[in-house]
Amino acid sequence: MAGRKALSIKTIVAIGIGSALFVILGRFGSIPSGIPNTNIETTYALLALFALLYGPAAGLLIGLIGHTLKDAILYGSPWFSWVIASAIAGLIIGLLTRTIAIHDGEFGKKEIIRFNLAQIAANAVAWFIAAPLLDIAIYAEPANKVFTQGLIAGAANMVAAGVIGTLLAIAYAKTRTKQGSLTKEA
Amino acid sequence: MRATMLAYTNHDSGIHRLTGAAKLIFFAVWSVSAMITYDTRCLLVLFLFSLFAFKISKVQFQDYAFVLYLILIFFVLNHIAIFLFSPLEGVRIYGTRHDVVHIAGRYTLTWEQLFYQFNIALKYAVVIPMALLFLMTTDPSEFSASLNRVGFNYKIAYSVSLALRYIPDIQRDYENISFSAQARGIDISRKEKLPRRLKNIILILMPLILTSIERIDKISTAMELRGFGQKEKRTWYRARPFARNDYIAIGIIAGIAVLTAWITFYDGSRYYNIFK
Repeated sequence: MAGRKALSIKTIVAIGIGSALFVILGRFGSIPSGIPNTNIETTYALLALFALLYGPAAGLLIGLIGHTLKDAILYGSPWFSWVIASAIAGLIIGLLTRTIAIHDGEFGKKEIIRFNLAQIAANAVAWFIAAPLLDIAIYAEPANKVFTQGLIAGAANMVAAGVIGTLLAIAYAKTRTKQGSLTKEA
Repeated sequence: MRATMLAYTNHDSGIHRLTGAAKLIFFAVWSVSAMITYDTRCLLVLFLFSLFAFKISKVQFQDYAFVLYLILIFFVLNHIAIFLFSPLEGVRIYGTRHDVVHIAGRYTLTWEQLFYQFNIALKYAVVIPMALLFLMTTDPSEFSASLNRVGFNYKIAYSVSLALRYIPDIQRDYENISFSAQARGIDISRKEKLPRRLKNIILILMPLILTSIERIDKISTAMELRGFGQKEKRTWYRARPFARNDYIAIGIIAGIAVLTAWITFYDGSRYYNIFK
């Protein structure tokens, strides 16, 4: 069955733990950026990293479950347009970084550039397009307000995923043993 | 530590006794209905109904007071933002214009805008009490069982269950790591400059995420050894069969959904216009 392969046990657990991390970082892990009312959310660095490590299904579901739980537990009610946008961001990053073999310790310059292009593309689609359009469709909010909010949030998330996500991925790659790293002694 | 998150409250009330699945269905349909309608009359009735549900749930005010304050702040900011960005949105929607007072420049307060923002406020007021109530009256383990019951794949339901199970653990890890980092002078507040702040947050995130990845490996190995995912279905310890009240609750919400949809759309517009 195809469905069974897509959701391996490891992916299921990664979704669970990733969503729990999403909630905790959403609660404690936002850092003021210096611009009023705009925080750099470390959750989006986490989302990018987990999408890179565990694939598009994990990215999609961590975005969906993690963001829903975070909103529900912290604010009492999920803001569905942004929940869906998070899921889209996770999915796209996962899809575009599928061929990066980070589990084999491969995360050099080439992979860093690919990871960042993927996260910029994903965040752009999610926050510049999907989130504002869904805000208008679901909540009927004024267009210029939601597009401004989307622009700010998207830019902040790109910074979070680009700086923090990249550094975390490099650190993770260092903990893995590279393929073919053993040398035969003469 | 003072409670800063919503949690399950263990009281004995009619709402607590409903099965998780019935509450989940009720809440989902309720949210969709409230999202769709902009009809003031429907929203007012729904709001009164949600207050009534709160009343019979026996949930204490102090259990959710802090969340309520957070919501109120967000709520006020959002309303100010809507007005700042689009002071005449109401005029655009209702197609008429009755000025109240001219403020400055393009900012004129109109009755239409007030009515539009009143409707947005009502929408929040309808959804939020039900969401709070759902969270505070549903046992987390029963919640995953009910997700499976309403049709989600049990693997996804299990992911949600894992997330709920590990939120307290990860919160404790985060606090331990961040306190020990602070003891060594690593600051992530406004007092540090931005590049330094980013560097410091990485010093906290790194151990947290690396231990979490290790934890994922451990849990998935344990689940694999116990044969998780071998069968098409699984049973849940906390699953309960539907009782009479569950059917009544689902009947009520079906009625509400149909009525709001009908009242909202029978004149062809999502908005209830008092200015015509």
